[in-house]
Amino acid sequence: MDFSELFKLSGLLGRFSPDGKCLASCVQYRLIIRDVNTLQILQLYTCLDQIQYIEWSSDSLFILCAMYKRGIVQVWSLEQPDWHCKIDEGSAGLVASCWSPDGRHILNTTEFHLRITVWSLCTKSVSYIKYPKACQQGIAFTKDGRYMAVAERRDCKDFVSLFVCSNWQLLRHFDTETQDLFGIEWAPNGCVLAVWDTCLEYKILLYSLDGRLLSTYQAYEWSLGIKSIAWSPSSQFLAIGSYDEKVRILNHVTWKKITEFEHPATVTNTKTIVYKEVEKSPSVETERFSFPPTRALASSVFSTQSKYDISQVPVSFQYIKPVADRANPKMGIGMLAFSPDNCFLATKNDNIPNAVWIWDIQKLKLFVVLEQLCAIQSFQWDPRQPRLAVCTGNSKVYLWSPAGCVSVQVPTEGDFQIVSLCWHPSGDSMALLSKDNFCVFFMATAKDGTKWQVRFS
Amino acid sequence: MGDWKTVTVPVLSSDSKNIFQYTSEKKISPPNMNSQVLRLPLPSSKSMHSFFSAFCTEENIEQSISYLNRELTTLGFPSIYAESKGKELNLISIINCMNELLVLQHKNLRAQEEEQLELSKREIVGLQERDRQLQSKNRNLHQLLKNEKDEVQKLQNIISSRATQYNHDMKRKEREYNKLKERLHQLVMNKKDKKIAMEVLNYVGRADGKRGAWRTDKTEARNEEQMYKVLLNDYEQRQKQLLLENAELKKVLQQMKKEIISLLPPQKQKPKERSEDGPVLSDLEEDIGELNKENMWELSCETVREQLTNSIRKQWRMLKNHVEKLDNQVSRVHSGTLNDKDVISREDHELETEKLELEIQQCKEMIKTQQQLLQQQLMSPCDDDTTLLLQDCYLLEERERLQEEWRLFQEQKKNFEKERRSFTEAAIRLGLERKAFEEDRGAWLKQQFLSMSTDYKQSENVTTPSAFIGTSDQDNRVVNSMSQQKKPHCMLSGPISAESCQTSQYISHNSFNAALKKPAGDSKPNQWEESDKEETE
Repeated sequence: MDFSELFKLSGLLGRFSPDGKCLASCVQYRLIIRDVNTLQILQLYTCLDQIQYIEWSSDSLFILCAMYKRGIVQVWSLEQPDWHCKIDEGSAGLVASCWSPDGRHILNTTEFHLRITVWSLCTKSVSYIKYPKACQQGIAFTKDGRYMAVAERRDCKDFVSLFVCSNWQLLRHFDTETQDLFGIEWAPNGCVLAVWDTCLEYKILLYSLDGRLLSTYQAYEWSLGIKSIAWSPSSQFLAIGSYDEKVRILNHVTWKKITEFEHPATVTNTKTIVYKEVEKSPSVETERFSFPPTRALASSVFSTQSKYDISQVPVSFQYIKPVADRANPKMGIGMLAFSPDNCFLATKNDNIPNAVWIWDIQKLKLFVVLEQLCAIQSFQWDPRQPRLAVCTGNSKVYLWSPAGCVSVQVPTEGDFQIVSLCWHPSGDSMALLSKDNFCVFFMATAKDGTKWQVRFS
Repeated sequence: MGDWKTVTVPVLSSDSKNIFQYTSEKKISPPNMNSQVLRLPLPSSKSMHSFFSAFCTEENIEQSISYLNRELTTLGFPSIYAESKGKELNLISIINCMNELLVLQHKNLRAQEEEQLELSKREIVGLQERDRQLQSKNRNLHQLLKNEKDEVQKLQNIISSRATQYNHDMKRKEREYNKLKERLHQLVMNKKDKKIAMEVLNYVGRADGKRGAWRTDKTEARNEEQMYKVLLNDYEQRQKQLLLENAELKKVLQQMKKEIISLLPPQKQKPKERSEDGPVLSDLEEDIGELNKENMWELSCETVREQLTNSIRKQWRMLKNHVEKLDNQVSRVHSGTLNDKDVISREDHELETEKLELEIQQCKEMIKTQQQLLQQQLMSPCDDDTTLLLQDCYLLEERERLQEEWRLFQEQKKNFEKERRSFTEAAIRLGLERKAFEEDRGAWLKQQFLSMSTDYKQSENVTTPSAFIGTSDQDNRVVNSMSQQKKPHCMLSGPISAESCQTSQYISHNSFNAALKKPAGDSKPNQWEESDKEETE
């Protein structure tokens, strides 16, 4: 295991390129491209304003930087550092920007969601998509990049338009039976589109690629509904996390619920393993103090080591009941993610903010619960294997795999509060992002023939 | 309890006085004692006879009568004797007493019954009370539940009405908002902002290297085609998976069916079952016959599937019944036949022991007979034939022994000769070595002498031969001793016969030392060798 030094970062904008060779990071208005293995600066670009969003093109040749305040998108080329491209939306404003799957078109969402402009880098053509829906996930591309689904709203009714990405031709346009469409997501096989309603109404609709409604699922009425959804990588399962602290799994054959996962405050099943993070009392040897203190020493003095203990079931977690009179309450299943091999589902119940629940999909049972000392900020699965990385806002990154669980202290000087993390596409390293810095965590590569060791304590 | 009745009994004799006595005396009697006595239940009919026989027998009639009289008088009954001191019994009084006693007994029983009746009545009342309370509680709870349900329904109605209201409001606001957006959009578009543009150094080629195509109907059709292709692919894949799964499941079902059939007992044994499942069996057989054909498995039509599942269900039910029956049997066997087992086992055990005893006896008899035979053999004189045979046997034995000894003798002889040969060789070697040594010594002495003589040449020349002779004498002496040593061998090598080989060896060893001292002539090694050669030939 190896950690890089801390680099400056702003806006949590640290992204690996899709081919895994470069790492892009932003510091205010500068875009820095580094080599992944050596972290040497390959390119340095300067944009016109503070960068709010960056995205790599699918072929890793271009990178776009969006500056919402100025309404400008700048595109940089890695092959030709001299090449430049600037898209100015002017008075239309800019709210969101993204690449098309072919890496040659940029979709800009103007202010107030007036329209989506499709700018082409190949030709001078510009396309417009009218009445886009102002929701979180209004644009969705299929995994193979052939089709794009756009949520629209006209005359107080929701519609979905399907476009062919190669020439932006409209394929299908249909209305959805939703009150207020909240999000759309394609299944990984690109044949089914999941459309779900606002949290005031628990409703999820499944449409086929040709626009037919395949199925509707509604678990209950009146209470707050869907909070998050996730497709399994094989498209077999659709996991729906809702505000009632349950995850419901639908199967792709009948689109009916096959099971419900509950997230109670007390876990009683003896077959569940509960890993509890405990602090190890730091051992500071006063004789070894040197001036200036070494980095390792500094880290050990200023941050407490922690390790995992296996708690005996039944275990009770810290349960928070949110205030009832506020909107967007912190309750329900806020995060859902399937492991890449389809075997596990990681969830977070916002009522129990310190725990990550890992479910075994083969047995449809709760497998592991990770109880942390601080609230979970984010977790992400390794793109290649069933390994979960969790960060909780301190300077530790936690890794779980079916073999065990380990807490890794990032050796840093001073404060490094990891808020987000991002795996490298190969699964060998990951970027740990905090508000002002980031560092790259290299797991032991096959050079010495050993994969990272799980240290049980 | 104290409800005494005066019984007017018809006067039979002049003993009617007693009756009046009886009536007057009843007040005197203490009630407690009476009640105590009266509460005693009458003995049951079964033990009546025994009781009576126990109390009064032919021997103690007088005593028992007197005892009864005493008891009755203490209780307030009139005496049963005709006269105070006489032995004649007043029959009438006896009968009256008996009647009184019976009446008292009846009263007692009735009182008990009444008591019991009252108790049970009170109990009933208590239980009824409790029942009423519980029912009222139940009603209350039902009412509460109903209230809650009503409230829930009400709240739900409120929520739904509010939701519709909110939706309506939302829609209104959204329309307004859309209008604003349209307005804004118009303004933005009208402005023709030159800023809205894209500046690019040079246009980039497409990712796939092709040129962009116009959007035409053809492309539209192609898109549709493509889309359907994608969908069809997906469906085909899914169908393949499902087919595989189906095939596997069918295999499993067939296996299960076969195993169930094998587990079930053959149906021909029990006619009862046959009659019940007659039609079923025939169907089953038909099914089995049909479905066991390999071809049928390939079909996936409704009827085949249904038949398969139905047949498996039937067979499973039969198996279940069978297992249940077996369970019952086992439980019955367990509970009922435990005693028999003991008995049976004991019997078996006894049979076994008898058998073993018989065997033992037989063996003993055999041993006895054998012993007898053996003794007979030893003691009784045998026939001539047998003796001759025996003698022959003995002779044979001895002969064999002798042959063995002869063999041993021969082996030892060979060993002895080998040893002797090795000794002679060693002796020859030794002689040769000695000879050489003597020669060397002689040469050395000569040299010394010469060296000495060169010194002594001036002084004397005579002494040289003596010195020389001395050495030669010494040599001779050595040779003689050597020859002496060899002599005993030569002596002994002569007489060797086959029979006394061993003994001669012993003698040779003993006389070795003796022979050393004997003087001998000039026998050189050569001579000895020759004699040895003679001997060996």
